[in-house]
Amino acid sequence: MSDADNILLEARNISVVRGDREILKNADLTLKSGQIVTLIGPNGAGKTTLVRVVLGLMDASGGHIQRSKKLRIGYMPQKLHIEPSLPLSVDRFLDLTGCEASEKIANLRLTGVEHLRSSPMQLLSGGETQRVLLARALLKNPQLLVLDEPVQGVDIAGQAALYQLISRIRDERQCGVLMVSHDLHLVMASTDTVVCLNQHVCCHGHPEKVSADPAYLELFGQAANASVAVYTHHHDHSHDDVCEHGDHHA
Amino acid sequence: MPDFIILALLAGFGVALVAGPLGSFAVWRRMAYFGDTLAHSALLGVAFGLLLSINLNLAVVLVCLGLALILVVLQQNRVIATDTLLGILSHSTLALGLVCVSLFGDQRVDLMAYLFGDLLSATVNDVITIYVVTGFVLVVLIKLWRPLLAITVHEELARVEGIPVAAVRTTLMLLMALVIAIAMKVVGVLLITALLIIPAAASRRLTHTPEQMAMVASVLGCLAVAGGMAASFFMDTPAGPSVVLSASVLFILTLVKKQPV
Repeated sequence: MSDADNILLEARNISVVRGDREILKNADLTLKSGQIVTLIGPNGAGKTTLVRVVLGLMDASGGHIQRSKKLRIGYMPQKLHIEPSLPLSVDRFLDLTGCEASEKIANLRLTGVEHLRSSPMQLLSGGETQRVLLARALLKNPQLLVLDEPVQGVDIAGQAALYQLISRIRDERQCGVLMVSHDLHLVMASTDTVVCLNQHVCCHGHPEKVSADPAYLELFGQAANASVAVYTHHHDHSHDDVCEHGDHHA
Repeated sequence: MPDFIILALLAGFGVALVAGPLGSFAVWRRMAYFGDTLAHSALLGVAFGLLLSINLNLAVVLVCLGLALILVVLQQNRVIATDTLLGILSHSTLALGLVCVSLFGDQRVDLMAYLFGDLLSATVNDVITIYVVTGFVLVVLIKLWRPLLAITVHEELARVEGIPVAAVRTTLMLLMALVIAIAMKVVGVLLITALLIIPAAASRRLTHTPEQMAMVASVLGCLAVAGGMAASFFMDTPAGPSVVLSASVLFILTLVKKQPV
């Protein structure tokens, strides 16, 4: 397969303006099958906004998006709140997609929560909820998985396990994955490309490269990298000229 | 049993049947205040019906449908917080309805019947109207059951999975408007929401799936109608409020049972 063939989605110059605030500014994003792309950035960097634009839940104010024909997307939202008044088991939660029972069970087994099938959704722990959401996102064999903070509410050991599971799913299904994360070092081992976002794309590329990138360090501070390397080069980071297009080291 | 009791029971059962599933959605989606607003606007429908000399049921349905659509638009534009918006519309339409009925109506208009229901005067035509509407609403609810549940659980997830969320949500509101128009006969505009919410809330404690909850709510609604009618027959209490009170008693009885999750 040539490079152009396995492109699932290509977003160019995406801008989003709300009121007089520019939430996203000329952000580019390319998603390919078999590849894991992780969006990182501080709070308010526009990560979730970019994800919503990719999903088609929100219109961009500028730029354009090209999706491959009949792109099947599996989505794992950041938060799931189910009213206590709604009696809903894990089984029934997955049934809402209209999937086959065999596929449902296979996915719950894959994400390790098959034993919770008859549990009410409201009783699940944070980690269990994420795994159930992942199982639902995997229904109907999506070509692209979009996971908004997939390890939210999961303890550190569980986070590593969940990231491993996500890369295994990518290996097995050869789907594209777009993830949102707060912490580069936790996702490092399980991502192919990191896109560092702060309204615009500050830098992107392999995780090791990004973690040493001045733009990344500027955004997250030296402390974020203390466990990896001591980086001494102080680099002035201005959003307007240093890395407008975000590919200066790609 | 006198005919009017049989007709009243039939009318009440018809409304209770459809109020079960629809009321469950009202509980799950926290639409109680929304239901109140639509119900209060029903009186405005009565006033228009009297003014234009058209069928009152039709006038009520039209006004409720119109208000439901206005609410959909206003909610999307987020002009003000939803509960504030509903508070304004709910009581403004009720006040406007009261004023208009007194302006356009004549001595024949029994305001109390519209406010608190007039179950005992149900006619054969009323009963037929109720069952036609109930049948229609139940068929639509069954057809749209899965998408309705999906948008109730998570709208954006449902949208990514290909469900036309806005259309499904609007349909639910329109169904609500239809049911309010027929429920007005049973309990009156002031108590309609109670008939939707209370049996569903009582049913929650007894059930483990959404479908069970909807069906048990219908059964509890019918029990409440029967209980209210009995009270009305033997103790000469007003029928509508008696129906609502028996629903409340059923709800209190379910509190004895521990809440299943």
